[in-house]
Formats: sequence, structure tokens, C-alpha cells
Amino acid sequence: MHQHEPNDWKKYIIVLFITTTIFVIGLWLSNYFGNKKIDQIKSIESKISLDLMSSETQFNLLQEQSCKDVSGTILSSELNTLADKISYSENNIGAKNVDVISLKKYYSLLEIKDYLLMKKITDRCGEKSIFILYFYKNDKCDDCTKQGYVLTSLRETYPNLRVYSFDYNLDISAIKAMISIYKVPDNLPAIVINGKVYSGFQTIEEIEKTFPELESIKAPDTPQAKTTTTKTTTKKAGQ
Amino acid sequence: MGSAYTIIFYVFCFISVYVQIFFLVTFLEKKRHIVHNPDNLDLNYYPTVTIAVPIYNEETTIIKTVKSLLSLDYPKDKIKIYIVDDGSKDNTWNVIQEFKDNQCVVLLKKENGGKHTAVNLALEKTSSEFFGCLDSDSMVHPQSLKRILKYFEKDPQTMAVAPSIVVFNPKNILQHAQSIEYDMSIYTKKMLGFMGGIHVAPGPFSIFRKKVFDDLGPYHKAHNTEDQEIALRMQEHGYKIDHCPDAYVYTNTPNSVAKLYRQRLRWIYGFIKNLIDYRRMLFRKEYGTVALFTLPSGIVSIVGVIFLFVNVVGNIIKFIYNKIVQIQTVGFGHIFTFHYKFDWFFLNTKAVLFLTIILYILVIISVMIGRKMAEGKSGFSISFFYFIIIYSVIAPFWMLRAIYNAIISKESSWTLERKVAK
Repeated sequence: MHQHEPNDWKKYIIVLFITTTIFVIGLWLSNYFGNKKIDQIKSIESKISLDLMSSETQFNLLQEQSCKDVSGTILSSELNTLADKISYSENNIGAKNVDVISLKKYYSLLEIKDYLLMKKITDRCGEKSIFILYFYKNDKCDDCTKQGYVLTSLRETYPNLRVYSFDYNLDISAIKAMISIYKVPDNLPAIVINGKVYSGFQTIEEIEKTFPELESIKAPDTPQAKTTTTKTTTKKAGQ
Repeated sequence: MGSAYTIIFYVFCFISVYVQIFFLVTFLEKKRHIVHNPDNLDLNYYPTVTIAVPIYNEETTIIKTVKSLLSLDYPKDKIKIYIVDDGSKDNTWNVIQEFKDNQCVVLLKKENGGKHTAVNLALEKTSSEFFGCLDSDSMVHPQSLKRILKYFEKDPQTMAVAPSIVVFNPKNILQHAQSIEYDMSIYTKKMLGFMGGIHVAPGPFSIFRKKVFDDLGPYHKAHNTEDQEIALRMQEHGYKIDHCPDAYVYTNTPNSVAKLYRQRLRWIYGFIKNLIDYRRMLFRKEYGTVALFTLPSGIVSIVGVIFLFVNVVGNIIKFIYNKIVQIQTVGFGHIFTFHYKFDWFFLNTKAVLFLTIILYILVIISVMIGRKMAEGKSGFSISFFYFIIIYSVIAPFWMLRAIYNAIISKESSWTLERKVAK
């Protein structure tokens, strides 16, 4: 038997080092851009928080006279993109990422604040708005996906329909409080409309039938109508 | 599930990048040793050479093949061409009678028994110092033989030299895609040659010292990939195989997906079965680069391509399923509402993406070096996109089928491939 040339172990190791370096750079770049994205979400959230507080304060100061001014400024269109971005981050940075969970919690709080303020404005200013609180979970819930499609579709048809979506399993006391107040069962999806809970998947027709008043807030066929709606914040809804 | 997929993807990606970097480092290290021989190359000694041309139903292509051999720049009294008709059923035997009076040509006819039997018949009858074969779908460059023999002259340890196979006159997109693949393999084969890791001595015009067959025996059937088996047998016995980048062989490549599929099915099937036969070599350092690098990276490439394909198909099915659920739930009305506004936030910045980009860049570099070596052309070719797209879509099918066939031991026939290729 002839002899093979001796193995060039040095080259194997040098190549391993180069490849590892490339991988580390790739992971670092990914982490760098991931952090940039989280920073962007944080900055949007603090802006929305500021907007909400400002509206709240303005509303409290001016009471009824402020109806016209306040209602137009509450729901910043950035709340929509924020929902998209958090949903995207859940998929791409990781649903279990500590930063993503924290941003989602903060977003849920903003939704609740917005919901409470909007309810107040609707009551005082006689706005025609209907609120849906939507509870979902991310794992093993095909009906949640379908419910998301239904709510997205309804939002497009009825611009004054406010849909606030909450991750049932998100560990945050404010959501737990709402679950307790409205007695939301763990049979998800569940929606709360005007204080009443509907558990399990609800079709468009079922919701429209239960709430004929939706007809009164139907969209005029103008594209700008869409910009005043909130957006469900999860991959289970709105995609 | 997602994280398991990511880890597997990273492992494949890491190995693929490793392989490409390995080639690149070898190239940078050895590029001064890549010889380009002049046309008027002279050998100190002109040994006797026999070239076997096994044919089966090749009435349309055989003339060109033999004429190219007769045009080799080599002393006519030192070269013998054995045309072995492996029981053709068409007019091939009559066609090759054109060469019956040529002193360099010997015509042989036998019962059909497969390519290896045809080549072995020529091997039995020759006593030349060097032996090679040429598939009847290929033609040689006039200087190829001398350029290859120069390698033997320079290094007495070299026992076989593989040529550079170039796609002859690519016409359609599929052939242009193959052209890129062949160019790339010229580069990788040369690098493997430097590292002693060549695992195929291709049917078209690999030249061996006759001693190889005297020592190790003739060709085996080897699952219809005798050119892989002989190379592995040589590697097992420490026989050096090199590669001559400017010994050009022009080959006709399949011009339809069905033909390409059959050819690759045979190659990959043969690779798997030969790998199983020679599994004792795997990861054994005494067998050198072929055992530590070439064969493992071959396995990774097959498994990796299938893994990626299954994943992509899985995602497509998932997407379609979700759309169907969406349509069933809310109807068609909202499916096509699409509000797009560019935002860098939604650009994918996963590490997987960066690593995939790096991998593609490395593959593009391989192709460019290969093109430079094969055709002397620099720059980027649009055919690269044909290559990536076509191979991404169809390669997994022949790989999956080859694995399936390997499990049930269903061989692809060389003669069947020839029939289909007509």
C-alpha cells in the first residue's frame, strides 16, 4: 500500500477558526440589529405612552369641551405598526425573549389605558364605538388564528370598532385583573364585547348578528378610515 | 420545533461554510502551483496509451468522439483507441466501421454487459503503460493527453489524473446551469487534487497508470458508477490522484430535466452505495483527505439539500394551509388586501440570513474561480442564477429518490440512461 500524504491538521484548525469567526460575526450582527429593533419598539412605546398621557390629561382638564380635540388624537397610527413590530419580533427575535415579553407587556398596558380612555370619551362624547377585548394564546390554538382573521376583517369593515388583543398567558397583573373582572374562561379564543364574554371561535356572521349596532359604525368607503383603528398585536390575529 | 430546526440549520450552514473556506484557503495557498501548460508542450518521454471508448447505441455521437481522439497531439504509434460496442441495438457497429482501417483504432463487439465490462475488455487486451477511457458523449481537447501525462512525468507517485470537464456548446438554460456546476467542480476538484482528496476519476478521459489495474484489479460494476469506485479503491490503497485543470474534455450534457434527473440519480445512488461499500474509510485519518473531508462533505451536502428542501416545502404547505383557513374563515375579500410600506424593521436580520449570504458569496467565488480556470473568463455570469434556481428545485428530488433507491437497492441503468438520452 502506498502512503497518503500526511493530513494537514493545521489547515483544518485554521479553517475552523475562520469559520467560527464568521459565525460569531453573523451572530453578533443579528444580535446588534435585534437590539436596534427592540430599541425602536421601546421608543415607539414611550411616544405612545406620552401621547396617551397627554390626551388623558387634556381630557381631564377640559372635560366635555374637549371631545372634538381629544378623540382625533388618541389612537396614534403608530399603535398599529407597534402591534406589527411586536408580532414580528415574537416570530423573529423569539416569543420567549425577555425584552420581547417586556415590550409586549408594556404594549398590553398601553392597550388597556387606551381602552379605558376611549371608553370614557365614548361615554361622554357620545361617539359611536364598539369595543372588543380579544383573548388568545400563542400555542396550540388554531381557532385563535381563525378568530384573528375574523377580527382583522371586522376592523376593516367597521373602522370605529376597537379591537384590543391580549395574550391570555402573559404574566401581567392588569390582564389577569381583566380576565377576573370579565370572567374570561381558558377556553380560547374568547372575546368580550360590551362587557359580555363569548368563548370559543365566533364567525363574522355570529358577531354581526349579535351586534346589529355594528352596522351603525360601518366604514364609509374611504381609505383613511383604516388609520383610526387599533390592531391586534399577535400573530394569531391581524395577519 | 423551531429551535431544533434552527440548530440543525446552523450545523449544516457551519459545515457548508467550512467546506467552502477550506477550498478557498487551499486555493490561496496553492494558486501558484496551478499550472497552465502551453500548446507546444513537450514530454521527455512519450509512453504508450490506450483509450477505451465504451459505446451503447451511440450512432449519432460516436464519430465526433473518436475523431477528437484521433486529433490528439500525440505520436500515433503510441496511442491505441479501443472502441468497444457493448451490444448496441442500433446502427452503431456499422457507423464505427468508418475507423476499421485506422491503425490507431481497434473495434471490439461484445454482448451487452454494462459499461465496466466494455472498458475491462479493452483493459484485458492492452499492455500500454497508461490507460484511460472516454465516454461517447464527450470530446477531448487536442492537448489534453500531453497535459495530463506531464503530471505523471513530474510526479512518479501520481497514479491517475482527472481532466477538466466542460459543458459542450450549452444551448438551453438547463445546460447553462450545468455549465456553472461543471466550472465550479473544476475548481473544487483541483483543490481536492492538491489535498489528495479526489473521490471520482470521471469516465471522460481520466488517465491511469496501467499499474493501477494490474495492482488493484479491473473496473467493478460498482452500482453503475465505476469511476467513483476505482477512485475510492485507489484512495484506500494510497494511490495518488491528481487533477489537470487545462486538460479539457467537452461533454454533451442532458438537455432536459428528465435526462438530467436520470443521470444524477445514477451518480448520487452510486455515491451512496459506494460510500456504504467503503464506509470503513470514513473518518479514518490514515486514508487522508478523502476520508476526513471529501466523503463527509458529500454526505452533508445530500442531507443538507434534502433538509432545506423539506423545510421550504413544509413552509410553502403551511402558508397555503393558512391561506385556505383564512379564505374559509373570512372569504376572499380580505385575502388580497395588501398595505405595504417599506420599513427596515421588517428586514430579516436573523443570523441564519447573514450566514446564508456568506455561503452564497463563497459559492459565487468558487464559480468565478472555476470559470477562470475552465474558460479563462472572469466576472459573473447570469447562468449562476439558473444554476441556483434549477438545482435548488430539482436536486432534492434526485437525492431523495437516490436515497430511497439505495434503501431498496434499485439500481439505475447506464444503458437505460443512454436510451433515454436519445
